[in-house]
Amino acid sequence: MDLTYTDEEQEFRARLREWLAKELPALPPRPSPDDWPGRRAYDAGWQRRLYEAGYAGLHWPLDAGGRGATPTQHLIFLEETERAGAPYVGANFVGLLHAGPTIAAEGTAAQRARWLPPVLRGDEMWCQGFSEPDAGSDLASLRTRAVRDGDDYVVSGSKIWTSHAEVADWCELLVRTDPGAPKHRGITWLAMPMDAPGITVRPLRTLAGSAEFAEVFLDEVRVPVENRVGAENDGWRVTMVTLSFERGTAFVGEVVACRRTLALLARAAKENGRWDDPVLRRTLGRLHGELGALWRLTQWNVSESQRSGGVPGTGGSVFKLAYSHARQELYDAAAQVLGAGSLALDEEWVLDRLSSLSYTIAAGTSQIQRNIVAERVLGLPKGR
Amino acid sequence: MSGVDFQPTGEQRDLRAGVRDLLAGRYGREALRASVEAGVAVDRRLWRELGGAGFFALRLPEADGGVGLGLPEAVLVFEEAGRALLPGPLVATFLAAGVVPGAAAGTAVVTAFDLDGPLVAHLAEADAVLGAPALPEGEPVRSVDPLTPLHRVARPGRAGPYRDEGALLTAALQLGSALRTLELAVAHARRREQFGQPIGAFQAVKHLCAGMLVRAEVARTAVYAAALTGDGAEIAAAKLLADEAAVQGARDCLQVYGGMGFTWEADVHLHLKRAWVRAEQWRTAAQAEELLAADLLGADG
Repeated sequence: MDLTYTDEEQEFRARLREWLAKELPALPPRPSPDDWPGRRAYDAGWQRRLYEAGYAGLHWPLDAGGRGATPTQHLIFLEETERAGAPYVGANFVGLLHAGPTIAAEGTAAQRARWLPPVLRGDEMWCQGFSEPDAGSDLASLRTRAVRDGDDYVVSGSKIWTSHAEVADWCELLVRTDPGAPKHRGITWLAMPMDAPGITVRPLRTLAGSAEFAEVFLDEVRVPVENRVGAENDGWRVTMVTLSFERGTAFVGEVVACRRTLALLARAAKENGRWDDPVLRRTLGRLHGELGALWRLTQWNVSESQRSGGVPGTGGSVFKLAYSHARQELYDAAAQVLGAGSLALDEEWVLDRLSSLSYTIAAGTSQIQRNIVAERVLGLPKGR
Repeated sequence: MSGVDFQPTGEQRDLRAGVRDLLAGRYGREALRASVEAGVAVDRRLWRELGGAGFFALRLPEADGGVGLGLPEAVLVFEEAGRALLPGPLVATFLAAGVVPGAAAGTAVVTAFDLDGPLVAHLAEADAVLGAPALPEGEPVRSVDPLTPLHRVARPGRAGPYRDEGALLTAALQLGSALRTLELAVAHARRREQFGQPIGAFQAVKHLCAGMLVRAEVARTAVYAAALTGDGAEIAAAKLLADEAAVQGARDCLQVYGGMGFTWEADVHLHLKRAWVRAEQWRTAAQAEELLAADLLGADG
């Protein structure tokens, strides 16, 4: 057991800090949340800078165009960029964290060469077409159909909760190719170009008031067979690779952000006098302990995946359960610090509080995560 | 291998497994229940055997007859003691090694003023109180935990400089107990059938068990990290989270056991009662949260 960094890692951190200090002041102003083309351009610009500095796809394997960094170096990268207030992955999220790693793991050499470099350079954005109106937690029951017609699949159906659909170039799409097979065995993974005829994108407004995701309607959209990653009807297994990445290191930066927010909250409480309330003070103290432990759990999971050769383990589900709960508690504590001020949308943290309501739902609800943990880690029987 | 390796090394795993085997052989379930029925917490012979195995002298330098290991190894050893529900003032005697004669070898039993207020644990069985010049007089008090006898003393002393390490090792005991009650609950949920299926197939039961695992795993990383850094705030967090994992874990295990959980015969109540005792020792939840709050305000100015 060791928490000290090697000289090489310290040097990596120092060089990254230096680069961030030089680069961040040169960034253009952030676009407004409703300006989707502006957001895309901003996120693409940041990714391009990362690419040129050698930080794009840090943890991707070398033969996928990545830097082959260790999980610890990736952790340092996420920690330092968040600490410095660097832009989020934003519209690059699906490409860098879902579709990209899936193509790197399961795609052919030609598919890797076609799709991975533009993701790393920030030239192409991806979105995710997994969930459907009737297939949420039970994702494998999805019904969007793909029928083979010559060199194409003809796809019809609808997808929901698709972030960045308005600005994406590609969609990683799950479709049903064999309706007669057991539900997990008739699914195929396709890369769908978002400019293909037959695609309609309808933005969905979240309870925070902004259009963060969309519904995507597919009406006989033609997707070339060569865009299929993995074998026909093997898409569920291919997808599980993606989802385990989603539950691995996806929240590292957010734990760092939570700890920063908590320190600001404590200072605000001290200034407005609410710090003298022992109940609130102890709540903030407890959150400090919990978030500190979650940071350590992240390091624990990273060193576990380091030992297992980079495959994220079920530790991700344990982490997500604890983290999503702690993050909601953090913003509830923020509301206690603000008092009635928490009713004003222009107060800091109020929009974040609204956004935090999605954390126990998105990327696998807490209930589904508990099933995963109970069945796969503890070995409890599946329910009937 | 490059990179931070937070996981226990092979040697550390071997140490933990060795202690688990030793305790399983020497203080298994039958021995535990025999000491409950006899009402005797400290078995002097076992105490000397633990001393002989290096349990109390783990951190003393080898030149002084110790094992020469550190806090990370100590928490792994105490985790196993907590799992086995090994009774007695283990933490105080461990901290007394090299300070109180006989503590390192297990020939002396040392307790401490680790509870707030007038109560002292294991006073009648102890040869010394850590940091106190003499054993105080005490009136026996009926204890909630059958294996933690209590006395009321007129002028209790203070845990003083031992508070941080005492809290950390106690957190490790709590962690072991939390992991054990999780195992007990899962084993019961797989075995016990109602409505034609194992009760562990019901999500209501499954989710209780998943919650136990999450609390135990978060506590584990907090305890291990605090052992590596020795940081006061991290130790407070470890104690806070491990207390909760142990107390709530035992409560949830009791619930999974149903009616059997409410009996004297099941071991669950022994875990719960000991977890309640440990939660009051060295650093309480209120103290830990206040310490963490002060640390939070101190950080970043």
